Amino acid sequence: MTITSPGAAALRGAVGVAHTRVEGRDKVTGAARYAGEIPFAELAHGWLALSTVTRGRIRSVETAAVLDMPGVLTVLHHGNAPRLNTDYIGMLGVPPDPTAAVFQNDRVPYAGWPVALVVAETPEQAREAAEALVVTYDEEPHDTALVADHPGAYPAEGHMPAETEKGDLEGQLAASAVVVDARYTTPEQQHSMIEPHAATALWDGGRLEVVDSNQGTTWIQGELAKMFSLDESSVRVRSEHIGGGFGSKGLRAHQVSAVMAATALQRPVRVVMTRRQMFSLAGYRSPTTQRVRLGADLDGRLRALEHHSLNQTSTVYEFIEPGAGVARVMYDADAHRTANHVVRLDVPSPTWMRAPGEAPGSFAIESALDELAERCGVDPIELRLRNEPETGPVSGLPFSSRNLPACFREGARRFGWADRDPRPGVRRDGRWLLGTGTAAASFGAGAGPSTAKVTAEADGSFSVRIAAADIGTGARTALTLIAADALETTPDRVRVRIGDSDFGPAMIAGGSMGTRSWAWAITAAAGELRERLALTPDIPPEGITVRSDTTEAIRALARKERHSFGAQFAEVAVDTATGEIRVRRMLGIFAAGRIVNPLTARNQLVGGMTWGISMALHEEAVRDRETGRHYSPDLAGYHVATNADVPDIEADWVDDHDPDDPVGIKGVGEIGIVGAAAAVANAVWHATGVRHRNLPIRPDRVLTAASTPDPAEAAPSDGGAADA
Amino acid sequence: MREFGYQRAHDVAGAVALLAADPDARFLGGGTNLVDLMKTGVERPARLVDVRELPLDRVERTADGGLRIGATVTNSDLAADPEVRSGYPALTQAVLAGASGQLRNMATVGGNLLQRTRCGYFADVTKPCNKRSPGSGCPAVGGEHHNHAVLGASGHCVAVHPSDMGVALTAFDAVVSYETPDGPGEVPLTDFYLPVGDTPHRETALPPGALITHVSLPPAGVAARSRYRKVRERASYAFAIGSVAAALRIEDGLVREARLAFGGVASRPWRAHAAEAVLTGARAGGETFAAAADAELAAATPLPDNGYKVPLMRDLVVSVLTELAEGEAR
Amino acid sequence: MAPATSSTSSAITLNINGEKHQLTIDHRTTLLDALRERLDLTGTKKGCDQGQCGACTVLVDSRRVVSCLNLAVAAEGREITTIEGMAEGDELHPVQQAFLDLDGYQCGYCTPGQICSAVAVIEEHAAGWPSAVTDDVGPEAGPPPLTPDEIRERMSGNLCRCGAYVSIVQAVSRAAGAYEATRDERRTAAAKEAAA
Repeated sequence: MTITSPGAAALRGAVGVAHTRVEGRDKVTGAARYAGEIPFAELAHGWLALSTVTRGRIRSVETAAVLDMPGVLTVLHHGNAPRLNTDYIGMLGVPPDPTAAVFQNDRVPYAGWPVALVVAETPEQAREAAEALVVTYDEEPHDTALVADHPGAYPAEGHMPAETEKGDLEGQLAASAVVVDARYTTPEQQHSMIEPHAATALWDGGRLEVVDSNQGTTWIQGELAKMFSLDESSVRVRSEHIGGGFGSKGLRAHQVSAVMAATALQRPVRVVMTRRQMFSLAGYRSPTTQRVRLGADLDGRLRALEHHSLNQTSTVYEFIEPGAGVARVMYDADAHRTANHVVRLDVPSPTWMRAPGEAPGSFAIESALDELAERCGVDPIELRLRNEPETGPVSGLPFSSRNLPACFREGARRFGWADRDPRPGVRRDGRWLLGTGTAAASFGAGAGPSTAKVTAEADGSFSVRIAAADIGTGARTALTLIAADALETTPDRVRVRIGDSDFGPAMIAGGSMGTRSWAWAITAAAGELRERLALTPDIPPEGITVRSDTTEAIRALARKERHSFGAQFAEVAVDTATGEIRVRRMLGIFAAGRIVNPLTARNQLVGGMTWGISMALHEEAVRDRETGRHYSPDLAGYHVATNADVPDIEADWVDDHDPDDPVGIKGVGEIGIVGAAAAVANAVWHATGVRHRNLPIRPDRVLTAASTPDPAEAAPSDGGAADA
Repeated sequence: MREFGYQRAHDVAGAVALLAADPDARFLGGGTNLVDLMKTGVERPARLVDVRELPLDRVERTADGGLRIGATVTNSDLAADPEVRSGYPALTQAVLAGASGQLRNMATVGGNLLQRTRCGYFADVTKPCNKRSPGSGCPAVGGEHHNHAVLGASGHCVAVHPSDMGVALTAFDAVVSYETPDGPGEVPLTDFYLPVGDTPHRETALPPGALITHVSLPPAGVAARSRYRKVRERASYAFAIGSVAAALRIEDGLVREARLAFGGVASRPWRAHAAEAVLTGARAGGETFAAAADAELAAATPLPDNGYKVPLMRDLVVSVLTELAEGEAR
Repeated sequence: MAPATSSTSSAITLNINGEKHQLTIDHRTTLLDALRERLDLTGTKKGCDQGQCGACTVLVDSRRVVSCLNLAVAAEGREITTIEGMAEGDELHPVQQAFLDLDGYQCGYCTPGQICSAVAVIEEHAAGWPSAVTDDVGPEAGPPPLTPDEIRERMSGNLCRCGAYVSIVQAVSRAAGAYEATRDERRTAAAKEAAA
């Protein structure tokens, strides 16, 4: 398989060739400093205190005793904190989550809500004082349980329409030879990046400086400026190295409380979340409960498709996990209905988490398709190929490129799919039952307006400044290669500086849009710089700088369905006597546009697939039913995959070229998780003959399922298997 | 975490005396559990007596051919010890199945036996827990308990003992030696953990102020053909949802000797005496093994969400015993 | 035993990467916080502060431990090696080089812990220690080959949330191979020296 798929004008040398990370040496020697690691003189340490009740009002914050404790400098709470402006729409088009706008009133909308910040000279003193702080509450009854038919559920838009509908769904279902009607659930999932959220705030010469760990410095700059009613130019946010983000590293309680404390004390204040605090303060992927109804002819061609997804949000902030969105891209049917609903509960606010919508949504729809393939007796890949749409199933727009069939063909060849016996539960290796499964993937390829400055230095080298964020994606390296090619030079002559809001507005590292957006801005500036250099052979000592802004170019982009696609394959071993599941191998083939750096891109894709294993088998944040509070909110209670859970995973790609796209990059950060959990779950079915529609597929669920009949298969009258 | 004093002890008598001098003092071994509990506020000692430099870091052969394991021997050193690996392979396997390489390098044998449950209610000082705060209630019974105990629990506490090492030691008739201000003493590991009853906060038979000095094992014998299998919710670095330590001696197709203990399903490392009684003298084979498991699990009292542990343990027992029997046959 | 400066703090000397550091320390301070907050050795990372992620892994007396559950005061008298002490001047440790070359990381935050752990894994394996996936733990069986499965199990105390395990295993495998090769060279050299 060739690994390069350059746009016609782009092939110069650096892009498409594996390149180790430009900051790699700093990362392997410990020299790379993350947000909580920049030293400051006179640094004070803030420790957040969180509510221990699930809903109610703060009656009192007993600060006196704590203020007498050694080293304690101040206690901030709703009684003394400055009032914030929260009536605004931020750079990403959404209002701020009140969880970040700390200490504004006495309401407690969920357990783990920030109620105070204790600041002390040392972290040990701050911690002890925060733990000693007595806060009294008037408790109120709460509702924290997401159930499928919650009366409070309502359709909600988010960044896409809440509901779409065409055709006569019930009529087409009635006319279908085969109907699958199944409910799927995914649990609350936590980002669990290894670097906790950390920020240091200080005032320096009338300017607010925040050293932070975030996914977009100009994004956080804008939020803080609006919230504290400051001019944007008087706020600077830096974020050089970020220890993972996955959607969680936006504006949160730690930056805002640090700014409040730095302002009150007029000295630098650092606030770092503890691992336990992250469970309620850092956002999470909402649990979902989904229902999929598919109606098809005997050959597997879809007549009816319905995907309904419900998620929870907090009472103070509306966040939609649009699980039904993926069906609007992937499959067409004569009757097609999708809906994303949300219900407000007394729980923390969820947020974006690696492939929001697509990750849980693809688990449901791709599992349902596997069930349909089984009922129709059609190979699961063939079933998907028979249902390839010509245009966007809902939008009717053309696809910029849609190379899903190529992914399946290449994947099937490399995985050895042709030799697969479709019967479930018939392969054994000692105590293990073996099975294989597949699923399709897609993720949107968007771009956000960005600015970049490219400078030709007097010594013949080049500098690039852009407020990009490298949260582990390899963006800093990818942008170096992009810039080198655009400047017709070699990567070693290009220095890319990122993570500083002083570099001007730029897209965040999110939505798989970062590298695409930033590369666009850099390419534009570099192109203009080369034109200038052609006219100006002598470079002045300060260099020649060109600034670009892609706002207009992005607006001018033709409306199309722009997505990356992929085919996921998994082989699992299941011991039905102990409930253990091991993924033995995994392969993902993707059509993800132009691959800038094969080394880091492969790592991103494999990382996403690793998340798929973790989602399928391990991850679940558990709430105590009675109190609605987290049970074991730590990394021993919340299991993410360990090294031993992850086999040799292969990821590769097919050519995916859109001649009309000025960048050609689609982004690889999220597509890897999409469909991965479904591929694992489908393989578990193939191994055992048991469908698991509730994630994660824990040992106890395997054991319980082995002794309980499958409700969908046992009750065809419920639409389970209406094979006419 | 409140402020505390710290002293390093250099001999056993000194360590015991230091502890006796302060009712709020605790011994500090590897710290893998205690320091964590201090961070979560479950433990708030006024003084730590560091015992890691006590001369208790040796695994020695005893006159009768058994082993005497010092209390400060690390999990890693215990697992790597050639005598343990050849004479008690299930003990090595159990230790290696626990925690991570880093934690095994820190954790000590004495500390392992005294580690506290990982029940999420116990670890959260904002929630009730009879073990941490006697009389406050047990939210696990009506709440989250899919990993809780099915054996040896009571309505007052359904927490499991998290040790892997202790399961193998229990199977092999280990004896715990300790020192107190009033002199030394010893207690078999099978009697070391107290019944839960209505006093889940009273966990061991150690007298107040006692320091574990050694754990002794009788001569290997049947333990030389032993095996430990652990099931958990991920492949590594997780506590057991069920585990089995087993040893078997078969002659002429009959089980002559059997040792069996369960982990991850009970309030303590659970010696399966009832199962051993069924096994001993019976014909080695799947039916006997299943009957043995059933005999032990007859006492199980599952809750709504942890009933799966009963068939899990049954299958695990049969599977491990079958492996041992087949190994014997080869 | 260090002299107590008060009942709850002590003046201690920590030996880190071959250098002695004197400091007065609150007994509550973990080795991890002493490194990061007091000695500006921020290469050692705090991920969970509870011994559940491995990001804070350092070597104490040549053995890997989690520094978040070690009290600094209890680390006095021991030799501590952190990620900052792994390279020989400009020359990276073979494990560091392998992580760099094979992209054995993404965000880099768990990386110092992974590298310290991997260095110890290679030593533990060379010392003949079995692991939880070793079939025969008997001492006569000898050390098992350091297969990918062995590496995965031995490295499982270091979580990588970015999901770079596949390349981490490749990096550890490559570094272990390099270690074996150089160890044979070292042995040959030592034997020659002894013979001479």
